Amino acid sequence: MIEGARWRKWVFFYVPMALFLLFLLFPFYWMVITSVRPDGELYRPWNSINYNPFWTWKPTADHVRYLFEETLFASWLWNTTFIALASTAISLVCGVAAGYALSRLNFPFAGSLGTAIFITYLVPQTLLFIPLAEIIRNYRLGDTPWSLILTYPTFLIPFCTWIMMGYFKAVPKELEECARIDGASRWQAMLYIVIPVAIPGILSAGIFAFTLSWNEFIYALVFLSSPEQKTVPVGVTSELIRGDVFYWGPLMAGALLGSIPVAIAYSFFVEHYVAGLTGSVKG
Amino acid sequence: MGQVVLKGINKFFDGVHAVKDVNLQIRDKEFMVFVGPSGCGKTTTLRMIAGLETISSGDISIDGNVVNELAPMDRDIAMVFQNYALYPHMTVYDNMAFGLKMRKFERSEINKRVLEAADILGIGELLTRRPRQLSGGQRQRVALGRAIVRHPRVFLFDEPLSNLDAKLRVQMRVELKKLHLRLGTTAIYVTHDQVEAMTLGDRVVVMKDGVVQQVGEPLELYNHPSNKFVAGFIGSPAMNFAAVTVTEANGSLIAENSGLRIKLPDETAQRLRGRIGREVMLGVRPEDLTVAGGADLGHPCFDAVIEVVEQLGSEILLDMKVGESIMVASVEPTAGVSVGDKLRVAMRPSRLHVFDPQTEAAI
Repeated sequence: MIEGARWRKWVFFYVPMALFLLFLLFPFYWMVITSVRPDGELYRPWNSINYNPFWTWKPTADHVRYLFEETLFASWLWNTTFIALASTAISLVCGVAAGYALSRLNFPFAGSLGTAIFITYLVPQTLLFIPLAEIIRNYRLGDTPWSLILTYPTFLIPFCTWIMMGYFKAVPKELEECARIDGASRWQAMLYIVIPVAIPGILSAGIFAFTLSWNEFIYALVFLSSPEQKTVPVGVTSELIRGDVFYWGPLMAGALLGSIPVAIAYSFFVEHYVAGLTGSVKG
Repeated sequence: MGQVVLKGINKFFDGVHAVKDVNLQIRDKEFMVFVGPSGCGKTTTLRMIAGLETISSGDISIDGNVVNELAPMDRDIAMVFQNYALYPHMTVYDNMAFGLKMRKFERSEINKRVLEAADILGIGELLTRRPRQLSGGQRQRVALGRAIVRHPRVFLFDEPLSNLDAKLRVQMRVELKKLHLRLGTTAIYVTHDQVEAMTLGDRVVVMKDGVVQQVGEPLELYNHPSNKFVAGFIGSPAMNFAAVTVTEANGSLIAENSGLRIKLPDETAQRLRGRIGREVMLGVRPEDLTVAGGADLGHPCFDAVIEVVEQLGSEILLDMKVGESIMVASVEPTAGVSVGDKLRVAMRPSRLHVFDPQTEAAI
């Protein structure tokens, strides 16, 4: 904390903090207020006498109702959930195994292999989707959830591997050695000791992977075409912007509902998640 | 039973020869301590006995069976690590029971053994706690308990007390000694602290640069160090060394350098007959130096100037300038001395050590 006179605290701490919060939270506020504002207010010209962009006295659930009744939003939600969970699960299993191997098993080129895996994460998706589209077409996976469940791991596995590598390195080697002297095989030592100790790391990798696949846009846009197969980010933007007409109310309601699961995931695991990022192993 | 034999053990790490041709016989029920400065190969040797490191060449056998290729779990050993290595997600009880569960012991037997060990170590009321809720000393006890419940043939300790504060370390040292007397299990203990080595060990192995320097009972190492390294490493404050030239005058041998000229006692002189005119390394422990008084007549004496006086309460350490070199003497707390004093210092003739300046071996 900043010490000294009270005004210093205000000038150097509270005021900048308030500005920062305002800057950070305003888009969310805008999203919420737009999603409950009736159409009559939304499309009111800025110079009309009762123009009031930051507040509404007549909140409405029309936009949410429109989303669920007039669009396939429910299926988009379900698609996104299913795809995000499945690809996260696949990536976590591979990432944990690979991270463990790269950090603990002494094999030649383990270090350079780790770097190589990380480099694959740096290849931009906007380039990678072109060859991937070819593969998806050849295996006839286009327009199915599997086109995403199997392609998301291309960037999620390197990501999870990298996080888990760092985390496993922070787990003291002695824990495992002690377990092996205690009578555990390498597998048992990993299963009963290393993985439980690394749970915070696994959770943070999982949350990140889930968020990345939940919000992913370009693969979902390219590989899925029929409206009932789409995910929330693609569905909302492609079905609620028709030509140059923006359906602002439903758009914002969709964005809001789409961000709620991620927010829940974050706040639910936040304690573990922070512990995971700082790599703390309480011995 | 728990006899461990090391025969011609070598270890290479990426071309570094970390452990060089170690031959040792650790007897059943013996408390053997490996001591040496960091990087001397003591921990590596211990880890090879545990099976955590492969052996580059040589044989390790436990009770007559060569265990070179056996996995750690099959060697019937238990190890206590420096950082305790308690499983953080398990309770104290589960930490201690883990080894038995892995070995498929009956639940009732596990319970019996854990409670018994907890009783011995006085951690009965901690069994439901997690490691992070324990103090350092308590964690150390749990780590010990985890080793005890297994009833192994050999205990391996890797600097188990070095993470504890000084007071607790002394206390745990005594408890370890008691525990060993009570259980009678062979123990191999690695430490860099020569006090721990002297107080705990039935025998002590002094290592340096991967080579065993001397193996022996603590007092044997203290009284008859086989080389200059052991002489300097065992004992605190460390032994004083002075390079001197041996000369002959009136039939007796004199050791002298720029600030020192002493007549060597007969017993030492015998050993140095062949080295007249050559240089040797003289060694004398601080506790074998006294402020010369009437009783020391006939003892070898030399002049010194006091540079620092360290009051320890039970004794006084004097840092003295003797010619060009510095020597430390540990004298009675009643000695009235102060910085700058010139005094005459006597050494106990029977406690003089001499070493070859090239090979550093004791003469």
